[in-house]
Parts: sequence; structure tokens; C-alpha cells
Amino acid sequence: MYKLMRYLRHYKKETVIGPLFKLLESSFELIVPLVMARIIDVGIKNNDLTYILKLGVLLVILGVLGLSCSLTAQYFAAKAATGFGTELRHDLFAHIQSFSYSEIDKAGSATLVTRITSDINQAQAGVNLVIRLFLRSPFIVVGALVMAFAINVKLALIFCVTVPVLSLVIYGIMAATIPLYRKVQKSLDEVLLATRENLTGIRVIRAFCMQQKEKEEFEEKSNAFLALQILVGKISALMNPVTYIIVNAATIAIVWGGGLQVNEGAITQGEVIALVNYMTQILLALVALANLIVTFTKAMASGIRINEVFDLKPSMVSGEKKEMKKEEVILEMSGVDFAYQGHKEAALSDLNVVVKKGETIGIIGGTGSGKTTFVNLIPRFYDASKGRVKVNGVDVKDYDLGTLRGKIGIVPQKAVLFRGTIRENLLMGNAYATEEDMIQALKNAQAYEIVMNKSAGMDTMVSEGGKNLSGGQKQRLTIARALVRKPEILILDDSASALDYATDAKLRQAIAQNTENMTVFIVSQRVASIMQADKIIVLDDGKIAGMGTHAELIQGCEIYREICHSQLSKEEVAYETK
Amino acid sequence: MRQNKDTFHKILKQVRPYRHILLLSLVFAVISVALTLYAPILVGDALDKIIGVGKVDFDAIFHILKKLGLIIAVTGIAQWCMNLCNNTIVYRVVKDVRMKAFSHLQKLPLKYIDSHSNGETLSRIITDVEQFSDGLLMGFSQLFTGVVTIVGTLFFMLSINVHISLVVILITPISLFVASFIAKRTYVLFKRQSEVRAEMTSLVNEMAGDQKTIQTFGYGKRALSRFDKINEALRECSLKAIFFSSITNPSTRFINGLVYAGVGIVGAIFAMHGVISVGRLSCFLSYANQYTKPFNEISSVVTELQNAFACARRVFEYIEEKPETEDGENVKELGAVDGSLKLADVSFSYNKEKELLKNLNLEVKPGQKIAIVGPTGCGKTTLINLLMRFYDVDDGAIYFSGTDIMEIKRDSLRSNYGMVLQDTWLKSGTIAKNIAYGNPLATKEEIEEAAKAAYAHSFIRRMKDGYDTVITEDGGNLSQGQKQLLCIARVMLKLPPVLILDEATSSIDTRTEIKIQDAFKKMMEGRTSFIVAHRLSTIQGADVILVMKDGNIIEQGNHETLLKKGGFYANLYKSQFSCNSSAMHKVTKI
Repeated sequence: MYKLMRYLRHYKKETVIGPLFKLLESSFELIVPLVMARIIDVGIKNNDLTYILKLGVLLVILGVLGLSCSLTAQYFAAKAATGFGTELRHDLFAHIQSFSYSEIDKAGSATLVTRITSDINQAQAGVNLVIRLFLRSPFIVVGALVMAFAINVKLALIFCVTVPVLSLVIYGIMAATIPLYRKVQKSLDEVLLATRENLTGIRVIRAFCMQQKEKEEFEEKSNAFLALQILVGKISALMNPVTYIIVNAATIAIVWGGGLQVNEGAITQGEVIALVNYMTQILLALVALANLIVTFTKAMASGIRINEVFDLKPSMVSGEKKEMKKEEVILEMSGVDFAYQGHKEAALSDLNVVVKKGETIGIIGGTGSGKTTFVNLIPRFYDASKGRVKVNGVDVKDYDLGTLRGKIGIVPQKAVLFRGTIRENLLMGNAYATEEDMIQALKNAQAYEIVMNKSAGMDTMVSEGGKNLSGGQKQRLTIARALVRKPEILILDDSASALDYATDAKLRQAIAQNTENMTVFIVSQRVASIMQADKIIVLDDGKIAGMGTHAELIQGCEIYREICHSQLSKEEVAYETK
Repeated sequence: MRQNKDTFHKILKQVRPYRHILLLSLVFAVISVALTLYAPILVGDALDKIIGVGKVDFDAIFHILKKLGLIIAVTGIAQWCMNLCNNTIVYRVVKDVRMKAFSHLQKLPLKYIDSHSNGETLSRIITDVEQFSDGLLMGFSQLFTGVVTIVGTLFFMLSINVHISLVVILITPISLFVASFIAKRTYVLFKRQSEVRAEMTSLVNEMAGDQKTIQTFGYGKRALSRFDKINEALRECSLKAIFFSSITNPSTRFINGLVYAGVGIVGAIFAMHGVISVGRLSCFLSYANQYTKPFNEISSVVTELQNAFACARRVFEYIEEKPETEDGENVKELGAVDGSLKLADVSFSYNKEKELLKNLNLEVKPGQKIAIVGPTGCGKTTLINLLMRFYDVDDGAIYFSGTDIMEIKRDSLRSNYGMVLQDTWLKSGTIAKNIAYGNPLATKEEIEEAAKAAYAHSFIRRMKDGYDTVITEDGGNLSQGQKQLLCIARVMLKLPPVLILDEATSSIDTRTEIKIQDAFKKMMEGRTSFIVAHRLSTIQGADVILVMKDGNIIEQGNHETLLKKGGFYANLYKSQFSCNSSAMHKVTKI
């Protein structure tokens, strides 16, 4: 949290003025009981109406001054807090843009979203409250103490006992309940989990006739939750009564002690009343402080979480080279190993691959065999742990990242489109694409008819995550988005899985016919999608288990044969090898 | 308004079982409020005994303070008891409501679940119920005490001095007026703020959520400039919203100060003339200090309560959603069955406008393997929904081993099916518990036996805690294939007479699929089975292949006869294989 304080640097004025005016307001508030004491001791005793009215006006003036100070303070606090939040959000968002795949994997997308949104809001609220109240409450407590001492030292001793006892009680109750509240939250999460499970598994639950048992389990969880809630309730319900008793016990002491002091002529009746008032002010201030601490701990926790994201430094440094020559060998991997961060086992080991310009490469293998990891090394989404990846004869680490990725079109496994029109989504691939470019890309991706069937055509709105499109439509549009770039290398990462076989085939045909010299990598689980490729790479457990044409592999690669036999009939396999 | 009344009645009905506690809570509330208000009077009386040097009546003070001490102790205890009562009522009512909602989930027709997003239903059972709980608790603890405090204060003030009371009564409404004025303003501002926030969340969700896509296309800078635009808008409206909402407290404090000053002046004048004592004046001052507080609290409670009512209404709406029809009185448990099935003139549609299944007829002999193929939306899964009575037919009848399924207890019917779906659902809990899901009494040996039969034993053994490995939510620590093997093991343990495999291998890589196919083969031996698949190679061995299109069975027969027939199936089969090859040939030739 302290690290984040630098985001207040443009708001130094506000962060000083805010609390200052707050202190002024509290001072006015502290004067009020004294004025009242004067009214009683002087005004009433001497039957002095003008004096009473004068002091009455003074009370009103104090109120007005307090209000204006307070408003000023609130304004500056709000200004500093929103400024803090805005700049922090900007920096965090920009910081995330600098992440490579490794950092995103490490942090997780969902986490990043909550960091930017709710955590920063929480921190902003914390800053606002701190500026407004953090000084105020202690100041009132101390101020009231000082006032008490000014009135009478002996009676002030009652305050000296009461304040620590009150603080201790409030602290104790909070210390006891905060961890319990965490448990309550966890217990609620379990109830939530059980409900979600029952929703997603409703067919299975009914098929297995487990409704009754699920109900019993849920009842158990609900009861555990209830028991915790009641326990926490018991403790936190102590706060008001106990503080009430302490403060009033102190009041009794003040009245009794005040009686003694008045009898001796040390203080007046009005001053005893003022002391009773100060006691009430202290209680209110301490309770406010307790609430403040709760908000503040939340803000601190958010601050820590935000800093965690800032502490993730991009592990990848972009190279310098801004041009790319065209070479016969477009991709060369030599001795490449790769392991994901925090994983002991290598995801890829000892890859040696040479790909010539214009070739179509099929990549096949089981789940977790490293297919996606393999293609992610080409645009340098990850850095190889060992060995070299060269594109057009130059190590990918030497290229400027923008230049390198600009030559590559990728269609990821999960088809992701963004909110906006279809045109905007396509322009994301290439901001300078012309209308013809886009239409050509759509046609090649077999997506033109999707657009034509919509009344708004290219201006059809895509909703968040592309929810208003079917899986197959989304895939074709993401393919079009990649094609709009006119890339030298096209990577289709299992991106035709939602297409039927005929469309899949037409797609590959169109890509082959209409794009000159484009090198295409097709990752797939379907043999049929890759069996005609110039070269098929069979991956198994991160190693190359075989490389060659379909006919060669059927002869020489056990794993490939196994996969083929599971998917194709005997005739198909044989037919293809002929 | 009427709706609110309705909801209120429903809430009262829920509270009814706890009415004794509620009554108790009200009694404690009245005691604690009355005594809280009485305490300042005693303090004032005591102060009146402290007049000046040598004029302090210690005996009287001692007497009053003793009484005060007792009253304070009683107040504290009453307050605590009231809080406990409130907690108990609210938490129990909420638990009851949640339990009801959950039980209802088990009874709702699948039609409801399928047509509402899980998030929506979830937010009713969890979020809405929580909000309702918070609102109810606040309502109980503050609304009632607030009202009692206001009435009590008025009563005590008027009984001491009518004129000074008038000062308080006249100035206080200003506070309410100011508070509601600010609240209205801030409501608009907060609404605007949450709109902008929602806009930002949605952008961040897309951008950070799919950061990888952004990187792929080098969209980062463009994304940042879009973000900054919203960020700036957010700064502006947040500043206003925060500022306006934060002036509520100082403003009411100011009004409170005015009340205090007014009471001070008027009270001092009265005291000067000896109408009231100084002690009573101090008592008035402490009332004045507290009097606006319940008003402010009540206004915030009202907003909170409105929200709680809205949430309660959603929850009740959900609970009152029509459940599945109860099993009739004449329904029976199935005894021994042969696994035969017959569909006679079955018609069904999800919504009335679009007819799906029309006069469907089908006879399945015991032990037959039935494969169902056809394009998406042709009614494959619908057929299974009907067989298991997840949905009921609109017309016609389905006979299971000769009995109309409408005359069989739902649970009895369903327990005769073993189902493996594409969507591999597992419960959080141990692997053993998941395998034994349909049969909680299964022994360890039986569980291992089932796992072995499902080819799952070897991977389970390799896991850290073997069968006791805890599966995290949604099986995050397992691969898709492993999850599917567990789902198969789950059915293996039960081995019912009829099996349903609905696209069970479509999301699994091919090497795992080989294993799963073996497991299926073993499972299907001697059982009637239905297999839905889009990969034609997996169903060639079926006894009967049903080709469905637009809700009808258009072809029926085994692989060879259907191929010979040269109809829809033959085309489908050829397109799946030869169309690919020819296209690919072209690709490689270029």
C-alpha cells in the first residue's frame, strides 16, 4: 500500500489540505461543550440574556465554520482519491499490456480483471477515508483528553482509564471477529459451490437419483454456515452494549468525582456537564475509528494484491530488428527445450524442425503433448528454455516483437471476438485493411456468408465474447481476422474444431489457393484435417515422435498409426497410403 | 406497492415459526430504548444536586448513581439479548429460505434450468438471499429501535418541557429534508458511476480476460487509449458521486449543531427563569445530540429494505416456479426389466411455435445398440431427454420394458439408465466418492473394480493420494479424458440395464478415446445402449443406426444397409471422408 502512495504525488496539495480542514472542523466541535459550559456557569447563573444569546450565536457560527471546513475537506479528499484511482488504473492497465504469455499464465486473466476493477475501487475508497477520517478520530480522542485535563486534572484521570479500556474492548472484539468473518465467507463459498455444482450437474444428479442426498449435504453445509454466523453474531453483538456500559460507568465516575470537585470549588457545574459531553464524543470517535480500520484493512489487502501485479515484471525483452528478410527456410528450430514456469517437467524437449516457405505443416498428438506450446514459440509468446527458434534466418529474440508478430496470423484454440462490429473485429487484425481486404479474408475463411446473412453486414454488432454467434461462426471470423493481416505464417491452433468436415476442407482449400507462399501450421486432433499436409509432426509428451508425410508415418510411426486407426476406418487408412 | 405487500406477507410467513423470539426481541428493544432515554434524565438529576461549593448533596447523588448503574447494566444486557434474538431470527429465516430454494432446485423441471442461465439461478439462491438477509437484519435491528427511540425521545422531551421540545421538533425536519435531497442527488450520481464502472469492467474483462489475443494482434496501445477514455469519464463522475455522498454526514451534523444551539439558547433562557433545572437542560442537550440519528438511520434502512424486498421478491418468484409434476399415486417401482424400449407416436417440442419431434415410432429390443446420428438440432439429445423423463412427451407414449414411463416412479425409471454425457460433471470431493456417486454404500473393492473396468485405475493410482485425491471444483486438476473415465467408472459401478452415451468422446483426444472406446465396449455387453455421436467411425458397429433430421427418423438400419441405400447417411459418411481427402489433395498439389 505504501508503494502505491506515489500515486498521490500529483495530489500533494489535496492530501495536505484535506486532513487539515478536517482537523479544523474537529477543533470547532471540541469547543462546543466548553461554550455550553460557559452558558450554564455564566449565562444562567448571572441571568445574563445577552451573554446567552451571544454564545448561542457563537455556537451557530461554530457549526457553519465546521460545515464549510468539512465540505472543503471532503472535496479535496474525493479529488485526491479519484485522482489516485484513475492514475493507478491507467498504470496497471498499461503494465498488463506489457506482459508476455508467461506472466498472464502466472497471474490468471480473472485475477487481472478483479485487480483493475474492484481492488482499485477498494484502494480508492481506502485513500478517501484515510484522508477524511484517519486523523480526525485520534484527534478528537486526544483533543477531548486535553480539554478534560484543562478543566480538571483529577477528573481527567477518569478519561485516562476509560480511553484505553474502550480501545482495548473495541480492538478485542474486532480481533476476535475479523478471522471469524473470513471463516463465514469461506463457509458461504462452500454453499455457493454446492449450489453451482447442483445446477451444472442437474442431469447427472437426477439420473443417479441423488436429489435427496444432495439436499442433505446442502443442509449440512447450510447448518455449518448458520452456526458460524450465529457465533460471530454473538461476539459482534457485544460491541454496542459493552461500550455503552463502559462509557456510562465513566459518566457515573465523572458525576461523583465532579460532585467532590465542585464541593471543593475546583470546578463548576457547567464544566461537569462539559466533561460528560467529551466522554460521549470520545465514544463516537472510537467507534468511527473501528469502522475505519475495517475499511482500511480491506484497502490494504487490495493494495497488496495490486502490488503483486506490479511486481510481475515482463520476462521478455523485445529485440531491435525491425525488418525481416524473406528466406527459403522460414522456420528453423534447433535443440529447443521448453518448460512452463514453475513446472519441473519440460513441455517440449529437443525439437529440431526445418520448415520451408509455403509448406503446410500438420501437428498432431494427444492432449498435453505440446502442440499448442510448439506453435506459441513461433511468434515468441514464450521463450524457449534452450535452443534457438529462427524465423527467416534470424533468432526470434532479435526481432522487434511487433515486427515479428506482424508477419504471423494466429487463430487460437478458443475463438475470442470482442464487443463491437464485425468490421472493428477484423480491423483489430490489421488497422489498415481495406474493405476489399476484409471481404477477401472473410471469403477465404468461409465466413462471408455469415456476414451477408446479417442485415447489418459488416456493421453487425458482436456482443461481449461473441455470445451472439455460434461456435463455428466465431471460429471462421477469428480465422478471417488472422487472414486480414496477410501474414507470412498462418497458425491454426485446433481452430476448426467446431466446423463440420466439409467446411473445414473448403477452408483449407481456400487458404491454399488464395494465399501465395503462406506457410501454414495446422494443429489438430483430427487426422483428416492434417493428413494431406506436406509434413506432419507427431508430438508425444513434448517430443517429436515422428515427422513426415502421412504415408511415411503410417509405415514408420507407431503412435501415428494408433491415432489413425482410432479415427479412420481401415479402408480410409489404406486408401490414403496408396 | 401491492407487490411489496405480497412480499411482506411472504416474509412474515417465513418469520412465523420464530414469532416467540421476535416478540422477545421487541420486548428487549423497548426495554433498552426506554432505559437508554431514561439514563440522561438521571444524569441530569444528579447534576442538579451539584450546585456549587458546599452545595453538593452527596446522599442524593449516591442514591441516583446507584439507580443509574443498575439501569445501565440492564440496558446493556437488554441490548445484547435483542441483538442475539435478531441474529437468530434473521439467520434462521434466511437458512430456511435458502434451503427451500435449494430443495426447489431439485424439483424444478429441466425446462426451467435449461431456459435460465446458471448465473441467474445462482444469484437468486446465493446473492439475493444474502442481500435479503442483510436488509432484514438491518430492518430488525434498526427500524424498530429507531421508531421506538423517536417516539420515546418525544415522550420524554415533552414530559420535561414542551417549549424546548418544539425547538427540536421544528428544526429536525430540516435534517431529513437535507438528507433526502442529498440522497436523491447522489442516487443519480451513483447510478451514473456504476454505469461507467460497468462499461469499464466489460472492457477490462474483454481486454485483460483475453490478453493473449490482444498481444497476438499488437492491439495493446489501441486498447489503452480506449481504456483511458473510460477511465477519465469514471474520474469525473466518481469525484462527484464521492463528494456528494460524503457531504451527508457533515450536513446532518450541522443541522444537529443547530438543534444543539437552539436547545442551548432556549433552554438557558428557561433555566434562567427557573422553569427547568440545569440538569434537565443537560438532559435535553444529550437528547438533541441523539435525536437526528434515528431519523438518518431510518432513511438508510428504508433504502436497504427496499433493496431487500426486491431481492426477496426474486427469491420467492423462484421458489414459486412450478415444479415438476409429482409422481402420481398409481406409479410403480420397476422390478426386473429386460431393457426393451418402445416409442409410440411421440411428439414433442420445447416451445409451442416450433415443433421438433413428430409422431416418432421406434422399437428397441433388449441388448440392442442404437446409434443416433444427424446434424445439430435434429433432436438427438431431445430423444434422450424424453427417455429419461427430463422432459415429458407432448403426445404419444414411451414404454420401458413394456410399462408406460408415465406410470413409473421417476427415480425408479432413471435408476435403470446409465448415462455418460459430453459434459463431464464431477463433484468436488475425493475420486472414490465420485465413483461411488450413484451408490454411496459401495465398498472400496467395488470402487476399484469399477475403476479398473473403466481403465481409470492406472491413472488414479499414479495420483498423489490415489483414490482419496480430492477433485477441485469442476475437476480442474484432471484432464478432460481422465474426467470422462471417472464418469464412466461411476456408471460401471451401477451397471444399469440401459446405457446412454451422449457425445461422450467428442472433446477427448484420440489416444484417450481408444481407451474409452474399450471401456464402453465392455460396458455395453448385454445392455441396451443408445449412442449419440458425430464421429461416424465410432458407431459403425451399432445394431441399428437412426439417422435423424428435423425431428424425424429419416433412415434406419445398420451401417452396411444404410451405405447401400445411398441416402442421407451414405452422403454424410462420404462427405466426412472423401470430401476431406479430395480437398486436401488439392492443397498439397498447389
